[in-house]
Amino acid sequence: MRPEFPLEEGTRAQPPAPWRAFAVPLAFLAPAIFFLGVWLLYPTVRTAIRSLYNDRGDTFVGIDNYRRLFNEDVIFTAIKNNFLWVLIVPALVTSIGLLFAVLTERVRWAVAFKIAVFMPLAISLFAVGVIWRLMYQQSPERGAINAAIVAVQGVFSEQGAFTQAQPSSDQLEGRSPRAIVLAEPVQPGDTALLGLTGVRASEIPEGTPDAARPEPLQGGISGVVWRDFSPGGGTPGEVESGETALPGVTIELRSADTGRTVSRTTSGDDGTFAFEDVDPGSYRVAVGPTTFAAPFRGFNWLGESLITPAIMFAYIWVTAGFAMVIIAAGLAAIPRDVMEAARTDGASEWQVFRRVTVPLLAPVLTVVFVTQIIGVLKVFDLVLAIAPGSARDNATLLAFEMWRKAFSGQLQFGLGSAIATFLLLLFIPFLIANIRRFRTEAR
Amino acid sequence: MRKHRWYLLFALVLVLSAVAAGCGGDDEEGGADTETGGGEAVSGSINVLAVWTGAEGEAFQAVLDGFTEQNAGVNVSYQGAQDPGQVLSTAVEGGNPPDIAALPSPGLMRDFADRGALQPIDFARDAIADNFAESWLDLGTVDGTLYGMFFKGANKSTVWYNVRAFEDAGVEPPEDWEGFLENASTLQSSGVPAYSVGASDGWTLTDWFENVYLRMAGPEKYDQLTNHEIPWTDQSVKDALTELAKVFSDTQNVAGGTSGALQTDFPTSVTQVFADPPKAAQVYEGDFVGGVITAETNAEPQTDFNVYDFPQINDSGPMVVGGGDVVVMFKDSPAARALIQYLATPEAAEIWAERGGFSSPNRNVDDGVYPDDITRQTATALAQAEVFRFDLSDLTPSAFGGDAMFSILQDWFRNPNDVDGAAQKLEDAAARAYG
Repeated sequence: MRPEFPLEEGTRAQPPAPWRAFAVPLAFLAPAIFFLGVWLLYPTVRTAIRSLYNDRGDTFVGIDNYRRLFNEDVIFTAIKNNFLWVLIVPALVTSIGLLFAVLTERVRWAVAFKIAVFMPLAISLFAVGVIWRLMYQQSPERGAINAAIVAVQGVFSEQGAFTQAQPSSDQLEGRSPRAIVLAEPVQPGDTALLGLTGVRASEIPEGTPDAARPEPLQGGISGVVWRDFSPGGGTPGEVESGETALPGVTIELRSADTGRTVSRTTSGDDGTFAFEDVDPGSYRVAVGPTTFAAPFRGFNWLGESLITPAIMFAYIWVTAGFAMVIIAAGLAAIPRDVMEAARTDGASEWQVFRRVTVPLLAPVLTVVFVTQIIGVLKVFDLVLAIAPGSARDNATLLAFEMWRKAFSGQLQFGLGSAIATFLLLLFIPFLIANIRRFRTEAR
Repeated sequence: MRKHRWYLLFALVLVLSAVAAGCGGDDEEGGADTETGGGEAVSGSINVLAVWTGAEGEAFQAVLDGFTEQNAGVNVSYQGAQDPGQVLSTAVEGGNPPDIAALPSPGLMRDFADRGALQPIDFARDAIADNFAESWLDLGTVDGTLYGMFFKGANKSTVWYNVRAFEDAGVEPPEDWEGFLENASTLQSSGVPAYSVGASDGWTLTDWFENVYLRMAGPEKYDQLTNHEIPWTDQSVKDALTELAKVFSDTQNVAGGTSGALQTDFPTSVTQVFADPPKAAQVYEGDFVGGVITAETNAEPQTDFNVYDFPQINDSGPMVVGGGDVVVMFKDSPAARALIQYLATPEAAEIWAERGGFSSPNRNVDDGVYPDDITRQTATALAQAEVFRFDLSDLTPSAFGGDAMFSILQDWFRNPNDVDGAAQKLEDAAARAYG
C-alpha cells in the first residue's frame, strides 16, 4: 500500500515546479479576481468607454461629454462643491475627532461619551439625511433646530398682538412690520380711525365687541382700531357693522412737525383709545411697530445659501465618531513616558499636545484624513435626502450629479459615465497615497 | 451603502445582459405569429412594472386580477416601482426589461421608443379609439406608430380650497382669472394667505405655468412650445410668466413667503391648507390633491374642502391640462397583447375607479362608479374635456421637463419680476435638451 500522502519525503525540499508556483496562488486568488473582475474592473472599463459615446450609446463622440462637465452650470457647481468639501470637511472631521479623542482620555464617563459620539455611524447615511432634513426645516413648528433657536429667542423678545396686519385703505401709510401711520394729521378734538386687515378672526380674543365710531373728546384725541374686514371685503376705511374691534394694539401719538412720539397708549377691549389733555397743535396717530413684532421665523437652513454647510454638518456629525475611535486607538498606543517626560521638563498641557501628542499621532491622523477625502468625494445619499428640490442645484456633488444625469430618468448615460470617470480620476491620487502608506507601514 | 448596492445590481444586470446577448441573439420571433390578441385563450407568464405602489399598487393588482380571471392561463406578476424611469432605463440598458410597463410620462415613452426598446401596440388601435378621445391616441403615438395606452389620467386644472376660509372671507370660487386674483386679495384681508405653493417640488411650478400658458396662448402655441417649434423667449411665454408673476410676486399672500414656499413639498402644501388654523386658503394642483387631503387630514368633502376648475383667462373657455400614466409594451407576446386589450376596456378602469383615487381618461367609463362627487367632477372633466393638453413638462425631453425647467422656475420663483431672464434660461436649457 502506498502511503496516504501524495508527497514523498524527498520532494518536499525541492522547489515546486514552475507552473505550480504560478497556479497555486492563482487558484486561491481566482474567486477574488473573478468577483473583482466582474463587479469592479469590467464596470469601470465599460464606464470609461461608455463616456466616449453619446447619451444613447450609438455614436462615438470623443471627449464631448467631458467638455460638457465644465460647460453645464450645475455640473460645474458640483465640481466646485466637491472641491469645497475636500478642502473643509476632512480637516474638520480629523480635528474634531482628535479633540474628542484627547478629551475623552481625561473624562470619567469616557466610554459612554465615546459610544454617544460613535453611535451616528451605526445609522445608514440615507437615514441620517432624513433625520437632518427634518431637523433643518425652517418652520419652528417642524424643524427642531429652529425650534430651539426660537425658544431661546422667545425669552428675550416679545411677539406682537397682530403680526400679519396691514393697513386697510390709503387713509393709512406704511406697512407692517414698521409703524402704520394715519395719513391726515389730527388736532385735539378729532377722531382717528385705524382700520387694519390681514387679521384672522381667530386671532381676536373671544367676546370682543364690534367696533363703533368713537365719540370726539374735548381737548383730546380719541379713536378706534378695528378689523376693517367683513366677509366679501366690506368698504375699506369705514366702520361697518360686523367688523370687530382690535384690543391690545399699541397706539402712538406723534408730533406732526418732529415725528417724535409724545404719548403712547393701548387700545381697550372695545378697540377704542383716547389721548386726554393734548396740547393744541397737529399730530399724527400711528399703530406702533410692537403690534406687528413677528416671532423669529427661523434660519433658512435648507435654502440655497446654507444648504451646503448644513449637509456638511450632518456628514461631520456622522464621521466625527469614526475619526475619534481611530485616533483614540492611536493615542492609546503612543508611549506615555514621552509625555510624562515632557511634563516633568515643565511643558504646559498645550505644548505637550502640540509638540508631543500630535507628531506621534501623525500617521494615524493621515489615515483618517485620507480616508475622509475618499469618503467625502463619494457623498451622495446626504444630498439626495437633505436638499429639497429647490436647493439641489446648490447642494449638488459629483456623485449625486452622476446619478441624476444617468439614472433619475434623464437617461444621459454618456454624460453620467463621464462624471463617473472624472470622479474616478479624482480618487486615484488619494488611493495611491493610501496604498503607498500601507506599503511603508508593512515594511 | 445604498449606492454601492446599486453599482452591484447594475453590474449584475450588465453581466447578465452580456450573457443573454451572447447566447440567444434573436428570440423576438415568438411575437410574430400572434396577431390575435383577445378572444382566444392565451397563456404564458408576463411581468408588469408600474409607478403604482402602496394603495395604488393594490388597486392595480385588483385590475390585474380581473384580467387573470378572464385568462386563467396567464400568470401576471406585478412589481411597483417608485421611480420606474430609473429601474427601466437600467433594465433596458441591460437588455432585460419587463413585458409591460406603465410609465409616468409620455416623454419617457418617447425616449424608450427612440431607443427602439418598445413594441408597437397598433393591434389595439381600434379598441383605444373607441374608448378614448383622439388627443389620447395622439399622445400615445410616436412618429406614426402607436406605442402607448393611457390607463390612468390626472386632471391638473383643479384648485382645492378650504371651505371655511372661503366662507370667512365671503368669497366664492371664481369665474375667471380676474375673480381669482380679486379673491386672493380679499382672502389676504381676511387674515389668511390665499396661496399655498409646494415650490420645493419643481413640478408644481411647471403645472402652474402650463395652465396659465394654455389659457393665454391657446392650444396651438402650446403644442408648438411643447415641440420647441417656438422658442421659450417667445412673447407668449413672457406674457404667461408676467401673468403668473401676479400670483408669485404677491409674497405676503403665499403661505410661508418665498423661502417658506421653496421648502414646502407638495404634500405639505396640501395639508397646510386644511390645518387648524389654515396656513393658506387654497392650493392649486391636480386631482390627486383630493387623495392627499383624505389620507392626511380630517377634512370632509364639501363641508371642509372643495374644488373648482382652474379659472379661464381672457375668455379662454374651460381647458384641462392633464397628466397620465401610459402603458407600454417592451416584449411582444400573446399574453401581453391580451393584457393591453383588456386595460383599454372601460371594465378594467372601473375596477380601480370604484376604489377611488383614480381618474380614467376612458370616456366610456360609467361615471356612477366613482365613489364621490368630487372625484366624479374632476374625472369627468378630464375624460370629456374639449380642449385637453398633456402636461407640457412631461412631453419635453426629461433633461429639460424633468429637471432643468424645475430649477429655472424655482429660481424665477425667488424673483418673479425677472421674466426675461427666466425665459432666456428656459430657452438655453431647452436648446441644449432638444439637441
